[in-house]
Amino acid sequence: MSIMAYNGAAIMAMKGKNCVAIAADTRFGIQAQTVSTKFQKIFELGPRLYIGLAGLATDVQTVSERLKFRVNLYELRENRRVKPKTLLSVVSNLLYERRFGPYFVEPVIAGLDDVTSEPFVASLDLIGCPMVTEDFVVSGTCSEQMYGMCESVWSPDLDPDQLFEAISQALLNAADRDAVSGWGAVVHIIEKDKVTTRTLKARMD
Amino acid sequence: MSEKYSFSLTTFSPSGKLVQIEYAIKTVSEGSACLGIKVSAGVVLVAEKHLPALADASSIEKVCTVSPVCGVTFSGLAPDFATLCRKARKQCQVYNTLYGHYPACPAVVRQVSDTMQEYTQSGGVRPFGISCLFAGTGSPGGTGALFQLDPAGSAFEWKATAIGKHSVARQAFLEKRYAQAMSIDDTVSTALLVLKDGFEGQMSARNVEIGIYTTRDNAFRTLTDSETREYIAAI
Repeated sequence: MSIMAYNGAAIMAMKGKNCVAIAADTRFGIQAQTVSTKFQKIFELGPRLYIGLAGLATDVQTVSERLKFRVNLYELRENRRVKPKTLLSVVSNLLYERRFGPYFVEPVIAGLDDVTSEPFVASLDLIGCPMVTEDFVVSGTCSEQMYGMCESVWSPDLDPDQLFEAISQALLNAADRDAVSGWGAVVHIIEKDKVTTRTLKARMD
Repeated sequence: MSEKYSFSLTTFSPSGKLVQIEYAIKTVSEGSACLGIKVSAGVVLVAEKHLPALADASSIEKVCTVSPVCGVTFSGLAPDFATLCRKARKQCQVYNTLYGHYPACPAVVRQVSDTMQEYTQSGGVRPFGISCLFAGTGSPGGTGALFQLDPAGSAFEWKATAIGKHSVARQAFLEKRYAQAMSIDDTVSTALLVLKDGFEGQMSARNVEIGIYTTRDNAFRTLTDSETREYIAAI
């Protein structure tokens, strides 16, 4: 049994026209037993900057807390909000510090640049290898299913409503093909002037 | 040695002053001069090198590149400057490893000022005998910034300033000549003119060093001897 599959998760982020979307399932389970259906896996690090963490639940919580610590200090010292690209470097550094005893998380970053509002998505592996893409990123126990769904439903320059439909269908259908993902889902659509958060009606099995 | 001197050598006088810092400031005011001018197009640093006739000018660096986007010059004790420069360069690299880009001037200045302050409140050490001028980017994607750091570690942001010998007269000259919309070339000429006022001997590439930060390229570099000679000839 893989430690990355102990709790189970499905997380993805997609780029749209002047917007980004990030979505995750909300199951917290211990192997086959589902314990909670309202577990937070996406965290806000700025008004237009979100990080989703898939993997071991305890590390999801610890990494998000320790990352917030670093981002808070950065913003106090620099007197400005952290950019998505800079956050990618910070997370990469945080994870590589534990190269030989890593955090069992695979993060996904989605946001808009604080100055230019340029959309940004990226993901990292558990030891901090960063990957920036122009379309979408996925992370979790059903990543193969998510890659298949994203490749099918995504197209460039989707507007916020179309992006919402695309990411919701991609997440729901991928998670339904995975025993340890699902049991509820949440989607954040990030635009220049607002963020819309919706919970999806998912198969509760 | 450190066991015998675990107390701070910089201590308050009855009048409430830190005399070691005052003395350090005196060292600075007797050191070879430098000045900096910030305009919209960038920031110019100009420094005077006081050399004996037989000294090799290329072995003495007064204007240093701390990172590709930040440079520094000083007045005061050269070895103290070399130490701080080395520390600042390393701090820039650490920052770059963490955040994927070089720190803007305010961030560099913050770290160097912390270092300088440590040396006024630690056991067995004396304050740095230098004031330095940092030139670089003010914020990522923004215009230039010019900062002065004194031996106490206080940071001041300037539009234009002169430190070292004859700084008072040169500062007055700068106040008259300063204009925010000058081109880089004009700014260098102005800086050299101000430096010329009170300069001992003839200005040449041997005893003047120039460093320029340009907003357009977001880069700091020190000029070569021939470039320096051209600017000096033009004033």
